[in-house]
Amino acid sequence: MTVADPTLARARPGRGIGARERAAWGFVAPALLAIGLFFCIPVMAALALSLTDFDIYALANLENLRFVGLQNYERLLTNPLFWGAMRNTLWFAVLGVPLSIAASLAAAVILNARVVKWRPIWRVMFFAPYVTTLVATAVVWRYLLHTRYGVINWGLTSLGLPAVDWLGQPSTSIPAILMFVVWKIFGYNMLIFLAVLQTVPDDLYEAARIDGAGPWRQFRHVTLPAIAPTMLLVSIISVASFFQLFAEPYVMTQGGPAQSTVTVLYFMYEEGFKWWNLGSASAVAFILFLCILAITLVQLAVARRLGAYQ
Amino acid sequence: MTPAAHRRGALGLLAGGAAAACTPRRRGETVLRFWAMGNEGGTVGQLTPEFERRNPGVRVQVQALPWTAAHEKLLTAYAGSSLPDVSQIGNTWVSELTAIGALSPTPPQAAGLLDDQFPAVLKTNQIGGRAMATPWYVDTRLIFYRTDLLRRAGFEAPPGTWAEWKRAMHAVKRAAGQGNFAILLPLNEFEQLLTFGLQIDEPLLKDEGTRGNFSSPGFVTALAFYRSLFDEGLAPVASATQISNVWTEFARGYFSFYFSGPWSVGDFRTRLPASFQPNWATAGVPGPNGLGASAPGGSSLAVFSSSPHQEAAWALVRYLSEPQVQARFNQIVGDLPARQSAWPIAGVERDPMLAPFRGQLERARTVPKVPEWERIVTEMQIVAERMVRGQFTPETAAAEIDRRADRLLEKRRWMLDQGRAL
Repeated sequence: MTVADPTLARARPGRGIGARERAAWGFVAPALLAIGLFFCIPVMAALALSLTDFDIYALANLENLRFVGLQNYERLLTNPLFWGAMRNTLWFAVLGVPLSIAASLAAAVILNARVVKWRPIWRVMFFAPYVTTLVATAVVWRYLLHTRYGVINWGLTSLGLPAVDWLGQPSTSIPAILMFVVWKIFGYNMLIFLAVLQTVPDDLYEAARIDGAGPWRQFRHVTLPAIAPTMLLVSIISVASFFQLFAEPYVMTQGGPAQSTVTVLYFMYEEGFKWWNLGSASAVAFILFLCILAITLVQLAVARRLGAYQ
Repeated sequence: MTPAAHRRGALGLLAGGAAAACTPRRRGETVLRFWAMGNEGGTVGQLTPEFERRNPGVRVQVQALPWTAAHEKLLTAYAGSSLPDVSQIGNTWVSELTAIGALSPTPPQAAGLLDDQFPAVLKTNQIGGRAMATPWYVDTRLIFYRTDLLRRAGFEAPPGTWAEWKRAMHAVKRAAGQGNFAILLPLNEFEQLLTFGLQIDEPLLKDEGTRGNFSSPGFVTALAFYRSLFDEGLAPVASATQISNVWTEFARGYFSFYFSGPWSVGDFRTRLPASFQPNWATAGVPGPNGLGASAPGGSSLAVFSSSPHQEAAWALVRYLSEPQVQARFNQIVGDLPARQSAWPIAGVERDPMLAPFRGQLERARTVPKVPEWERIVTEMQIVAERMVRGQFTPETAAAEIDRRADRLLEKRRWMLDQGRAL
């Protein structure tokens, strides 16, 4: 709160506020310094880099660097592979964000239920995928998804369904990677939801029960409104992380089959480290930054309209 | 001492410290760091003990890299001043690594290694007249074909020219029956069209490799030939990922001609049943008039200019290039030796499936040696796929490939104007 006791303000006019401001700056200075050093400067450098044609020649000798204005952006926007990567990333986000939030929330609600025994053990089991090394789990999932020897196809065929070539077909590669990603990350958001669910007072549920609300109506009218701000936070984090999906397709499919799992970040990686066009790769990073910013602003606007926060 | 040397020295100390932590290191011992990829990375360790025995005080530390990450890893190591002393490199990377000044040219005492190389492979490793890397093993693509189906279609010998080949393909498609094709040309692979492009007289790039030359009458003919194979129903409109299993499809007769390299010989032998073995063979690639060229492939050994152990590094390259050692490596991994003098020792040509590779390697033609080449052929194939799907005619496709190549080569033109590129 900035408005202090009026009597106090009158007693020490001007000078006091200055000292307090100085103290405040002193407290935030380390954080600001870190943000400036590790965020603002690199971002500015990347922006500058995106206006140059930094490539393999410039790597050998900086004299070969040229300022090219917006040419990198112009070329990207006319590159069909870039648009393909955008489309794939959108698919990942549109399918992945609701799925992962639903999985996290479901797990949190189950863990929060009174009837569940051995809660810490369940919590560890659900959270374990998140803290396990990505590459190790990806290798296991590649076995699970294997066309001929995979447990998933074994399940499908024993139900009488046809086997699916999960990672070999452009149409199933995104769902296959999504399964893996959702399994991998739902534990983290589950913990956030669980923490909030435990702050919802029991008397609200009691009152709802007395009014005759069943489990679904309790969830809809008590739980959801109570966790709405958290939901917003989780959805923003999830959108940002799904837009930055890279390691999973890199480890599982290398962007294939037929470029169906090339995400924007994977595209940027290839541009930057396969072809060593760092200028163009920085331009991709900037476009991605603007996309995430725009979507986050839209989410905030929607949330404000729905009254999730003030 | 320059700052860079300081930094490298510090890195060397760090690396030395790390190495010392792993294995006890004797005083005064030279440790050669050697990066190798794929199968070679896993097996070259069997050859190094003999080198260490002959060169006391030198120890070779082999680091195996996956092929998929090798190129990025080399460039990143260059940017971070942490390149090894010696590395296996794909021989199409030579021009790029030379452009950034990472390679150490072949010194006079190793010049003898270049005497009996296949000319096109050696040319791939030469930039500006100097050999920048030493060919280690070679490969190239030729055609694998179904002898039984060809015979049933009335052809005793494999075709020699495009026209003959086309006739054989039509006949073999009829012999193979409904739903089958004659040849597999995966739409996401550039190697097949590039092979046709190398068989024509005109070079693929012009003006010292600064502009595309894909609109030349020769390349347009190659494009038209490529497209006709799809238009006439001889090749399925499919990419490699849609063919789940190349060897079983080949055995089923889904296609009777297949473009591939020496690695497929082993695959076909181990993965297909013994009863099928008499039904396939390899042959040189038909060209417009008589057997034609294909691209020389394989790996080279590179010594990096940043290495402080130049002499030991070149000793290792000389050792690995000895005909006896190359022949032994051929027995271990099956790679075709780069030096022709190693071929009789290894007895490669006694194998009827491998023998045609010799002729194909002698007919091989170097692809343009510009760092942008891989990107250019990638774009070429993207346009070619669209041409096959009806978006371009061979003439408009050629113009489109030229447009894209010229755009990719813009920086190179500027570099040449400045006098900074080779």
